[in-house]
Amino acid sequence: MADKKSDVVTSAGSAVSRPDRLQNPGFEPEHKRVHDESPERARGAERGISLLFALSGILSAAAFTLNFIFPIVPGDLLSTRYNNMFVGLAIAAGLLCLGVGAVHWAKALMHGHELVEERHTTRGDDATRARAVEIFQEANKESGWTRRRLLRNSLIGALVAMPIPAIALLRDLAPAGTLEEKLVHTMWEKGVRLTRDPNGVPIKASDVTIGSAFHVIPENIIGLEEGFLNEKAKSAVLLMRLPLDALNEAEDRKGWSYDGIVAYSKICTHVGCPVALYEQQTHHLLCPCHQSQFDVANHCAVIFGPAARPLPQLPIAVDAEGYLVAQSDFLEPVGPSYWERIR
Amino acid sequence: MSVATQKKSTAPTSTGAGMRFVGGVSNYIDERTSISGAVKFLGRKIFPDHWSFMLGEIALYSFIVILLSGTFLTFFYDPSMVEVHYDGSYVPLKGIHMSAAYSSTLNLTFDIRGGLLMRQVHHWAALLFVAAIGLHMLRVFFTGAFRKPREINWVIGFVLFILAMAEGFTGYSLPDDLLSGNGLRIIDGMIKAMPGIGTWISYLLFGGEFPGNDVIPRLYVLHIMLLPALVIALIAIHMVLLIINKHTQFAGPGRTNDNVVGSPILPVFAAKAGGFFFLVFGIIMLIASLFTINPIWNYGPYDPSPVSAGTQPDWYIGFADGMLRLMPSGWEFVVDGYTWSLNLLVPIVVLMLFIVIVMVYPFIEAWVTGDKREHHIAERPRNQPTRTAIGAAGVTFYAVLWAGAASDLIATHFRTTIEGVILTLQILLIVAPVAAFWMAKKIALALQRKDRELVLHGYESSRIVRLPGGEYREIHTPLDEFEQWKLVSFDEYAPAQLRPNARGKITIGARMRSSVSRFYFEDRIAPVVTKELESQKH
Repeated sequence: MADKKSDVVTSAGSAVSRPDRLQNPGFEPEHKRVHDESPERARGAERGISLLFALSGILSAAAFTLNFIFPIVPGDLLSTRYNNMFVGLAIAAGLLCLGVGAVHWAKALMHGHELVEERHTTRGDDATRARAVEIFQEANKESGWTRRRLLRNSLIGALVAMPIPAIALLRDLAPAGTLEEKLVHTMWEKGVRLTRDPNGVPIKASDVTIGSAFHVIPENIIGLEEGFLNEKAKSAVLLMRLPLDALNEAEDRKGWSYDGIVAYSKICTHVGCPVALYEQQTHHLLCPCHQSQFDVANHCAVIFGPAARPLPQLPIAVDAEGYLVAQSDFLEPVGPSYWERIR
Repeated sequence: MSVATQKKSTAPTSTGAGMRFVGGVSNYIDERTSISGAVKFLGRKIFPDHWSFMLGEIALYSFIVILLSGTFLTFFYDPSMVEVHYDGSYVPLKGIHMSAAYSSTLNLTFDIRGGLLMRQVHHWAALLFVAAIGLHMLRVFFTGAFRKPREINWVIGFVLFILAMAEGFTGYSLPDDLLSGNGLRIIDGMIKAMPGIGTWISYLLFGGEFPGNDVIPRLYVLHIMLLPALVIALIAIHMVLLIINKHTQFAGPGRTNDNVVGSPILPVFAAKAGGFFFLVFGIIMLIASLFTINPIWNYGPYDPSPVSAGTQPDWYIGFADGMLRLMPSGWEFVVDGYTWSLNLLVPIVVLMLFIVIVMVYPFIEAWVTGDKREHHIAERPRNQPTRTAIGAAGVTFYAVLWAGAASDLIATHFRTTIEGVILTLQILLIVAPVAAFWMAKKIALALQRKDRELVLHGYESSRIVRLPGGEYREIHTPLDEFEQWKLVSFDEYAPAQLRPNARGKITIGARMRSSVSRFYFEDRIAPVVTKELESQKH
């Protein structure tokens, strides 16, 4: 068989070849290490490395023992911290001694000369490739893969169809119904009291002083056994009271507030983080995740950041006992946009 | 080319009991596995040495540490969203409602011996894993080690990088704390933005509405079974291809495209690599015992309503989060009743494009150069100025996105406005990569000129002599031929010429290739050739 390297002539593309380029001068003369020349030093290195390995063993044993010297005492957080730190440090020191010892052994004492190995072109040699082609041809002939086209194509068809049942099987990853029908409703409805998050204490309109903000959940969510977080993820509301002259209300939403008290969904219309930061001087809400800002004085219009829509407003009123209640559910889906949002 | 032959070491034939035992065991195993063939094939394989070749090793070793510590964690962690009342040692959260996942993570942290340590080892090792892969990729990119025959291994490594980030994100979510829950909320928002299918994917992933009761156990299965299986399989293929292709080496005296110069696996490389594993493990352990990472007890259990200011993802997700933050307001519109959330779709598409370009870059460059030869010499970044400049532009783009994820912290630390920071970063996202490209190319070309100078004139010796005619001159010390070789041995390309093909036509592809090739290779510095060097000597 011919020399492998001469099997193929590969194109060098737009590479420049210069016949007069400098030639590889060959290997540099070997540098002797200190430990190669002085047996004394080599013995010293050997002793040092053995010491590191011994130390590593001792430290591993120490890490075991330290568990009993610094035990975790239930209820004592400091004990957890000490256990973590001292056991960890001993293990780390043991590992490092082991590592330094091994690397030092390799660098200082093991055979230090560079060795050379030939490379070969990655492709198989011509004979191997020819045999591979031959095998495929034989397999083709014996199976009739290209000759029996109907057989082959029906097999491909069957294989393509095989995963189809999975689509039906995976449907039950989620319960019956669709997400859209769930996303359009929250726990808010007519007469539901606005209560403090998380303790569920109802809020009197008179408690809401100008400039204050309340984190609010619907009264009927308290004690919900099933899907509490799911409902809270849609129903969380921010309640703020602005001076009447600061509030610019649209005509059709005049009746949605009470005496300067407004309620807006707390779930960002960008990707759903809670818009939790209220700046009472500017009446701006800031989402800490991506810094979208909403202007409470102007129906929570987006004034900065990646959000595209205002926060939905919850229409509120006051009941006979002076508590704040919802007039209805939100009139649009809360939270991040989705494909069928306004269908 | 010179090929040094290995000296056959004459093994002392010991007849001690120990040797007889080892011989017996080896024989027993070989008679059943023919493992001696593997030892013959691998035992003296040569690995070249360079500090940058250790980056991939760090990734591999931190992955082993992740497997070890992660296995420990699974013994105590309970992947369940069942609501429980916390009744463990951490007093501030006593009696609070939370998921079993969060509660078991707290118990693991405060009540299990070494639990906190293993959690921190796992988290720090994961951060190091992704970082090491990233640096390893940069090394491979800037030295051209992705060229034929290693393009496929580049793609495999790239997929590993993506899988590492997926592993990171799923693991980050498992404690079900407030911070990671908000991370999942953001993912849910992004999924919902996908046209047509987003709502369904979200519904199926969360098993109903967000957050539901299913997502943590599902992520757990992905995190400890499916993703690690893929990572292990791909690492195995990555290693096999590494052995088949052999490692690249930097140009140097005696090193050619047809040989590998370095240490044999047994004993030197094995000792160095084995020792290095313990060093990596030891450093991770050291960090984990001294520095807190992800103190989930401070965040509290997930609740859709509260959130803390200054929320940030783990560093490797930062670039994606930054991209979301840098979008201007109001990019959403409705067509025929369907909502297109461009404020999320544009970031998703841009990030996808960015990573796909990274993935296919080897094929782009191969198309531009038309070079079909195998390349085993790692290039110095300066010797391919355009590639280096493209890399610098990519790194800068990533860095700006990354800074974007910290926009609020930048604003508070430097006492400036968040709006100002975002606007600056928006401008930088477009301008900075172009500037980085330009600068990197200039620097690379300048360094090449410097190399030429060195080869032609040698080092300045700081010795000034006065010539008989009164002229002062600094004596230059010439480089020896070994140093010279390191500076002149690099591949050089010229812009491809536009030629008609066999049918006498100039195709659009050829035109494109020609102009891209000009973009790549128009500015170039030729290596010093013999004639120049000789004319200098006189």
